[in-house]
Amino acid sequence: MRFEVAVMRFSDFSAADVTRPHPNPQNNLAFFRLRFLTGLQYRAAALAGVATQFAWGFMEIKVFLAFHRTNPAAFPMTLGQLSSYLWLQQAFLAFFMAWLMEGELFDCIGGGGVAYELCRPINLYDMWFARSAATRLSAGLLRCFPILIVAAFLPEPYRMHAPADPVTALLFLLTMVLGLLVTVAVCMIVYMLTFFTISPLGLRLLFSMAAEFFQGAVIPLPFFPRPIQAVMELSPFAAMQNVPLRVYSGNLAGHALLRAVALQLFWIFALVMLGKWLNALAIKKTTVQGG
Amino acid sequence: MNSKNDMNTPSRHKVSALRLYGHYLSIHLRSVMQYKASFLMTAFGQFLVSFNMFLGIYFMFDRFGSVEGFSYSEVLLCFSVMLTEYSLGECIARGFDTFDGMVRRGEFDRVLTRPRHEILQVLGHKIELSRFGKLAQAIVMFAYGVTHSGVTWNAGRMLTVFLMLLGGTALFCGIFLIYAVLCFYTLEGLEFMNILTDGAREYGKYPISIYGKRMMQFCTFIIPYALVQYYPLLYLIGRSDNFLYGLLPLLALLFLIPCYLLWKVGVRHYRSTGS
Repeated sequence: MRFEVAVMRFSDFSAADVTRPHPNPQNNLAFFRLRFLTGLQYRAAALAGVATQFAWGFMEIKVFLAFHRTNPAAFPMTLGQLSSYLWLQQAFLAFFMAWLMEGELFDCIGGGGVAYELCRPINLYDMWFARSAATRLSAGLLRCFPILIVAAFLPEPYRMHAPADPVTALLFLLTMVLGLLVTVAVCMIVYMLTFFTISPLGLRLLFSMAAEFFQGAVIPLPFFPRPIQAVMELSPFAAMQNVPLRVYSGNLAGHALLRAVALQLFWIFALVMLGKWLNALAIKKTTVQGG
Repeated sequence: MNSKNDMNTPSRHKVSALRLYGHYLSIHLRSVMQYKASFLMTAFGQFLVSFNMFLGIYFMFDRFGSVEGFSYSEVLLCFSVMLTEYSLGECIARGFDTFDGMVRRGEFDRVLTRPRHEILQVLGHKIELSRFGKLAQAIVMFAYGVTHSGVTWNAGRMLTVFLMLLGGTALFCGIFLIYAVLCFYTLEGLEFMNILTDGAREYGKYPISIYGKRMMQFCTFIIPYALVQYYPLLYLIGRSDNFLYGLLPLLALLFLIPCYLLWKVGVRHYRSTGS
């Protein structure tokens, strides 16, 4: 997986951490900044990724256009809303795709390297959370602009539209950040559960598949029948890309929007609590198997 | 050099090539069985990968009824055949898919020093058994697709399905092989090749005609997906009576020839990374 190349050795600057005796929120900020800058180094890989995602987005739109030609009355969004949804999905793939997890963390848990991490006077959960968020943010920001800019100049059914008004744009940014936090919190649960299974592939797949389906990455949630959509929207996964991508084009507005933001906040809180609890449990039980 | 002698007697060599592959398989099997729970979860996860795709199709047809004149059951047949082809190709040729790592780590040097064909060794190098979860799912889908397709089966159509599977699997193996060849030059897996493998599986679930004329031309003449998907499908569902359409997947087999030649060129130009 392409994000695993962004390697940074924590041991390189562990000495500096040790001299600082008390846990301090600035540490997490520093981790965040470092990961972010490391991620920005991989520009060539990003360019190849952009081309690929562009092709995927194009094919995806073609599928929906074919269904639209067949039965326009059954289409639950406007074509403009759909194109914007699909381009944003491709542009911010790194923000929301649950399968983009950090292989290094899995290796570190399975290989015993986690012992070093535990030596640090920093909360493991907070550190990894900051790290994952930064990886996703840098990968996403690096890739999004070329896709968004080209998509904005495509001919009509494919074109990506600007948000209707500044308020929508702001709400989009807000829900985007919240969605990113939910995604990271979900992935953190997988990392924590890995302490109990050692070999993480299965868990990772199960979580990614559920996340992909429920967040509207297979088909956007409005395409599901109403009652099923209503249930799906309650899931933590729907708080990921489903909310910001629909807010952007005005598909999600008013009362429904407020409810979606409240759900996002609730899930961030609940998932972080669960993750921290699992973290505490895992560390109490963890056995480092050599290394 | 006993093994050299083995190679000189062609019949014995053939048997032992298969046996060698079997041996590779058993090594991989024993190794995944060390983590049984995780293996089963992974296989189950792989099972779900394409289940998501099925649900996507199901709900799209639930809403729209048909697409460009193709019904749900026809698309389901198309999807399940394509999925089975892809899964078979992936099970066989997974070694090519992870070939970039092999080149980077210099492991291909070791392959070249052994008295066996490189392709056999690369294939045996990585057999991801959890992918059989995907294959199992594809076979379930295939059985479902075939029984719900409403096709009146006769010998010709059965032969066509078989040829589709054969041609499609070969096609995907060929693309994986090209991917591996590119690794000789780039040392990195090339992300855009995803479009030809994963992308073809993902978007090949619908008949290629829905993507427009340009895409049809590309998929007929450049990379012959349409020869194993669209044309034989027309014959299967009775949209065309031309039996030649049913035989077209055989033409797709020819795709393997340029792939193999490219591989030969790649091996000749291989330079070890020295690590």
